[in-house]
Amino acid sequence: MKKSKLSILTNGIIRENPVLVLVLGTCPTLAISTQAINGIGMGLSVLVVLTCSNIIISALKRIIPDTVRIPCYIVVIATFVTIVQLFLKAYVPALDKALGVYIPLIVVNCIILGRAEAFASKNSVIDSALDGIGMGIGYTLTATVMACIRELLGSGTIFGATVTAGTITPFTIMVMAPGGFFVFGCLIALVNKLTKGRVRAKRQNKCMGCPGAAFCSKVEEGGCEE
Amino acid sequence: MADMHKDLIVSAAPHVVSPADTASIMRDVVIALIPALAVSTYVFGFGAIFLTAVCVIACVFFEWAARKILKRENTIGDWSAIVTGVILAFNLPVNIPKWMAVVGCFIAIVVVKQLFGGLGQNFANPAIVGRITLFIGFATPMTNWVITDRMSQAIINYSGPDAVAGATPLAINAAGGQLPSNLEMFLGTINGSMGEVSTVALLIGGIYLVIRKVISPAIPVSFLATVAVLSLVMGFDPIFQLCAGGVMLGAIFMATDYVTSPITTPGRIIFGIGCGVFTMLIRSYASYPEGVSFAILLMNILTPHIDRITRSKLNGVAKGGAKA
Repeated sequence: MKKSKLSILTNGIIRENPVLVLVLGTCPTLAISTQAINGIGMGLSVLVVLTCSNIIISALKRIIPDTVRIPCYIVVIATFVTIVQLFLKAYVPALDKALGVYIPLIVVNCIILGRAEAFASKNSVIDSALDGIGMGIGYTLTATVMACIRELLGSGTIFGATVTAGTITPFTIMVMAPGGFFVFGCLIALVNKLTKGRVRAKRQNKCMGCPGAAFCSKVEEGGCEE
Repeated sequence: MADMHKDLIVSAAPHVVSPADTASIMRDVVIALIPALAVSTYVFGFGAIFLTAVCVIACVFFEWAARKILKRENTIGDWSAIVTGVILAFNLPVNIPKWMAVVGCFIAIVVVKQLFGGLGQNFANPAIVGRITLFIGFATPMTNWVITDRMSQAIINYSGPDAVAGATPLAINAAGGQLPSNLEMFLGTINGSMGEVSTVALLIGGIYLVIRKVISPAIPVSFLATVAVLSLVMGFDPIFQLCAGGVMLGAIFMATDYVTSPITTPGRIIFGIGCGVFTMLIRSYASYPEGVSFAILLMNILTPHIDRITRSKLNGVAKGGAKA
């Protein structure tokens, strides 16, 4: 069955949202989503890296030997991460400072490696580019929404603009780690509700506990042989 | 025939029936908390009763609303939300803005209890998590201790004549100031969280609960003994350490929560010792002056593991247990 180009693009936004449904790339999302501007900055960086690396990996899929594919993917991804980081350092140094180590860590971000392994290595260049853009938009939206909620509750601002700060004491714990997990859990519950329990259904078949389940195509068929 | 032998029913174990149910146990806990509430009202004024009322109403409302929204049966009749409300109020400073107290009730009842499935399913004590969340989230209002003229002269002096907010005995101790006498600490004419001040009132409540067999003395005794022994080892005054902060409230009313403490007596003793060790470690070495709530939360998380290693042996089963 061939998926339409539009469905590949929109797949990553809600139905297979990388953070909330595939539960990939959780660590940087929780860490940077303390301010809305960081969420957008991180999201766009991931979008660019993901799209570019998907295109290159898809184009090179016949050249890369299967046994050393992961190191090859990492080299491609690391190249684009370096480009993005130099770009951020040159034009938005404040954002680069705020995101800190999480920009270089995009190299080992499971979303990018996961899409390279699960999608780009099996599909055409155009499809892979669309997948990268869709997943990137999904990631950006999630990180931004999480960051907006946490910034509003934890600091009383949104994008640095005062909303409730000064009138209501900010609930500081929301910009700390526990608040991140709390918002993360609530958003997963919301998306689960919107997609009518797709996440839960996936957990209950025999792919439960399989580390590859999040981006394995066999999940839909009820699991692989192992 | 059947009518004549109503009391000769043949059924599977258990055969011994106790009249105690969740509601009667929780009612006993509320009764045991009354002396402490009375002392708090004497020390802090009627604000103490008002804060308790706000927390109880908020907890019962959230319990009712959460069960309603999750389409589960209504459980406000089991009194557990009332107990959570009273204990949470006891863990807050008396002049905390009331909406913050309501946020704490929301965290305790909805997030910690109902999202995990309600009473019996929560892995941590709701009141403890409510308190810790508020403590970290609203650090300034949560440590804004009032001074009233019924308090120990030492605390009034330490805070200065014009002070409206003062330091707790533990904070004065950390700063090396003049401490209230041990008698004042024992009676509770000091500042701190609303319900934790009076050692004697909390002890009366604890003894009532032990006599009524609501709690087993294993956790409070091992908790308090560990604090006392470690105080001696570390060179502190054990009476001061036992009477200061939330040790009494925590040991008697929060560490003994059925759901989040071990089942067996050896397990309970391990749990109590762990609480005492963490409390003293946090008090002596961490940046917070008080560590009872963090200690109990840590031990709550360890409870399933303690239960596993202290499980009682089954008779007539080969070593390693029966094949499931």
